Amino acid sequence: MKYHQPSSFADASAIAAGASGVTRYLAGGTDVLVQLRADLVTPDDLIDVKKIDGVHDIVRNSDDSWTIGVAVTGAEMSEHPALCQDWPGVVEAMDLIGSTQVQGRATLVGNLCNGSPAADSVPAMVAADISVTVIGPKGERTIKVEDMPTGPGRTVLEKGDIVTAVHVPSRGDNAGDAYLRFIPRTEMDIAVVGCAVNLRLDGDTITEARVSLGAVAPTVLLVQEAADAIIGTTLDDKALEALSKAAEAACNPINDKRGTIEFRVEVAGVLAKRAAKIAYARAKGKAV
Amino acid sequence: MALDKPGEDYEGRTSYTHVGTRVDRPDGLDKVTGRAKFGADAHAPGMLHGAIVRSPHAHAKILKIDTSKAEALAGVKAVVTRADFATGLEGEEWNVLENVMASDTALYDGHALAAIAATSSLIARDAVKLVEVEYELLPHVTDVDEAMKPDAPVIRAGQQSKLVPEGMHPNVVNYYEGGHGDMDAGFAEADLVIERHFTTEAAHQGYIEPHAALATLGADGKGELWCCTQGHFIVQKTCAALVGIDTSQLRVTASEIGGGFGGKTTVFLEPLALALSRKSNRPVKMVMSRSEILRATGPTSSASMDIKIGMTKDGRITAGKGVFRLQGGAFPDAPAGMAAECSFAPYNLNAVSIEGYEVMANRPKQAAYRAPGSPMAAFAVESVVDELCKALELDPIETRLKNASREGTKAAYGPTWDRIGLVECLEAAQAHPHMQAPLRESEGRGVAAGFWFNHGGETSVSLALSEDGTAQISVGTPDIGGSRASMALMAAEILGIEYENIRVTVADTATLGYNDVSHGSRVTYASGLATINAAKDAVGKLCDRAAQRWGIDPEAVIWEDGCAKPAGPNAGQFDPMPLKEITQRMGRTGGPISGHFEATPEGAGVSFGVHIVDAHVDRETGKTSIDRYTVIQDAGKAVHPTYVEGQFQGGAAQGIGWALNEEYVYGEDGRLQNTVFLDYRIPVASDLPMIDTVIVEVPNPGHPFGVRGVGETGICPPLAAIANAVSGAVGVRMTSLPMSPPKILKALKEQ
Repeated sequence: MKYHQPSSFADASAIAAGASGVTRYLAGGTDVLVQLRADLVTPDDLIDVKKIDGVHDIVRNSDDSWTIGVAVTGAEMSEHPALCQDWPGVVEAMDLIGSTQVQGRATLVGNLCNGSPAADSVPAMVAADISVTVIGPKGERTIKVEDMPTGPGRTVLEKGDIVTAVHVPSRGDNAGDAYLRFIPRTEMDIAVVGCAVNLRLDGDTITEARVSLGAVAPTVLLVQEAADAIIGTTLDDKALEALSKAAEAACNPINDKRGTIEFRVEVAGVLAKRAAKIAYARAKGKAV
Repeated sequence: MALDKPGEDYEGRTSYTHVGTRVDRPDGLDKVTGRAKFGADAHAPGMLHGAIVRSPHAHAKILKIDTSKAEALAGVKAVVTRADFATGLEGEEWNVLENVMASDTALYDGHALAAIAATSSLIARDAVKLVEVEYELLPHVTDVDEAMKPDAPVIRAGQQSKLVPEGMHPNVVNYYEGGHGDMDAGFAEADLVIERHFTTEAAHQGYIEPHAALATLGADGKGELWCCTQGHFIVQKTCAALVGIDTSQLRVTASEIGGGFGGKTTVFLEPLALALSRKSNRPVKMVMSRSEILRATGPTSSASMDIKIGMTKDGRITAGKGVFRLQGGAFPDAPAGMAAECSFAPYNLNAVSIEGYEVMANRPKQAAYRAPGSPMAAFAVESVVDELCKALELDPIETRLKNASREGTKAAYGPTWDRIGLVECLEAAQAHPHMQAPLRESEGRGVAAGFWFNHGGETSVSLALSEDGTAQISVGTPDIGGSRASMALMAAEILGIEYENIRVTVADTATLGYNDVSHGSRVTYASGLATINAAKDAVGKLCDRAAQRWGIDPEAVIWEDGCAKPAGPNAGQFDPMPLKEITQRMGRTGGPISGHFEATPEGAGVSFGVHIVDAHVDRETGKTSIDRYTVIQDAGKAVHPTYVEGQFQGGAAQGIGWALNEEYVYGEDGRLQNTVFLDYRIPVASDLPMIDTVIVEVPNPGHPFGVRGVGETGICPPLAAIANAVSGAVGVRMTSLPMSPPKILKALKEQ
């Protein structure tokens, strides 16, 4: 195994593009090292991105949008009060991953590129309409998070591509987001179902909404029907019921050691209702 | 606790100086600073690292193992297969060898087929991937009920005991039957009879420390082994047999142990490390990964059970019948008999019938797990008792008191109880504020009793006094529950010196006679009894030296408050002679003073406990949270109450995991699906409430200080108590463990 420590994304991309065997990028390593130790993946080239300028920064841009570096950890996000204020759902989703120790290493981009349908931060990023910039042999481009995963463990990224930053929209007024996951324990577990809701209000009425589900299909889902079910409503019981039904209808899960199809579908609806209520309260300015 | 009837060994003391105090633990500093040496902390100059080739198939004939490519890899120093182990073994030794190194058939996913030693663990692991094994796949079965069906694949023919009723499938390898009274008359007398079927899944002991061993074995047949184990003497005996050397030529040292709970009472890696060392002529270290531990060490049995109980309107149990089918992996000895024996132990019954079936399946060989067999049996019986109480509108504790076993009750499995503490535990439960606390919406309260035999076993202890008046004690039972502190407290009580002036060491196999494993909740009882007697042996010698000095008869000297004293005025007028004064002169007055004791004590004294649980269920997701938990258990005499409370809490915590989320999940292919702690869901700290404890002390007649073992009974009631609480919360009787959220949600929907 060759270990690389490039100082620019261009160099990192060139190393990856020129590699012939199994290549992995190393940011927090909370997936890569686990896979390595379990003999699941032994990379020929391991490209550490942590020495590249700016990868550890959380920057609030002049238009109030955010740029988050690819090596920013969950702990750094949770300890950033302004980011927490703007995007509590995104931060809480990232914060649910692993233990305190893992939080000191794990990154949003790692969680995204690992390609797991059960990744906690991904539904929250999808709901928040977050995108990433990518550099690769074909040049630079921007990809919406919802377009990244193509199946379990797979993304649209091609050989030599590398994510360079995470771009979070400006929060704007009267808006809130939330993420909930179901696990049988209280922590240190993997989502059996995950759901993120991001919405904006005009008075009491929802004017914009995005609803995303995790662990209920081969990829994280953006569920337009679920958003439509609550847009134009005050999140009354009827709207919640419609939201729940739409979320359930979008599910295409599997039976596995973590849960049954029946269970996942049912709980997706429950979580959608609960997450929507939290996002709504946050949009109203309540601390939830 | 007042003394009702002094037993053979119970001394009937009413007060103690050291026993019952909460002194600092002797291993505390080592453990919090990381200085303690666990199994994997062993190193030797020039040592190699071992790795194991394991079957990915649940059941397959091994046609060929080609190790040539692995052997050719640079850094590989030795490869062993079954051919490198002893032949001609029988009984349990053959079973253990077959489990740690397959002969001609892989019997479960993870079954070891070969082992490799190399200069680094990475090379050893790479070499494992180069071993080519040809298999012929065989049909497999992992479920206990499926394994008993007529068309089930036969796992190993010819293993069936003669006790098994005729016509049963060859996978049923043993049968147990017990009970007394007229069952038909008993059920006829009942106002209500409830019959139910229950299942439980296998649960792993879940010790955090992985199995680890460092071995050397020379061509001269002399070996050294360092490993984490609950019993290094059984490791010595078993490993010597498996590699074909004399027991005495293998010296085994037990490391600090990071949890065992019964799972470290046998061997897995140790014989492989020895065989690799013999072949490579180098020390070999082996450490298991969590995945190997879950796939190939012993979880407890899964179980299928049928219970039928009759009760009168006023709460008298008229008859109880239980059938227990326990799956023990591809080997005999699932604890079906013990499940049957424990099942109705809390009840004084005129008519009771118990049956146990040991069943083989394509799973790893089950190993002991805290009161093996008892927790699942209690789950089944206590669930039906709870259901009867609810149906007849009876108080669950009052009803248990009405039917409780007490001194003189004849147990279903034969014995008549001596002094036992079940009634005292039930009364303490009844009086506990927990029983009066209000319940919130969707919360239920469950109560259950549990029983464990406790064990004595072969025991040998030596105590040596030092010139400065301090003492060192050598015990042969690894400290899995605070035994070093308990031994020192008991010895301090006899010697009359301070706890801090005693050091207890878990001595290696060359130092003491045979000691049975630290299991069966036996250590505080049996090693404690031996320690007390070894201290008394030393005291006798101390008195002899004082008598010699004073020129009086040894019989005229007594030992009190750490001093030799004349027995009375007639013995002479001498000032008390402190222990230190005698030991300072011992070199000149006859030599070193030591005390010894060896025995197989038989008076372990059974133990009962009662648990109270409040569980809340989220009716939309089926998720259970344990809101409040109280453990009440008879300890006989709590030597170190903090450790006793820790044992109570530990049993409850493991029971919560087993009841709610822990389970072995096998795929259609017979492979274990959840081989890491992410998916094998033991409770995390935040899953647990503070677990309240009440220590009941009804002295055990078989121990000088009245001690009863406390390590295992704590896991007997939780499965039942939690099931009763959850059933109360959701209004559906939960009969299958674990009560995972999908199962509860399904039950709610079917309501």
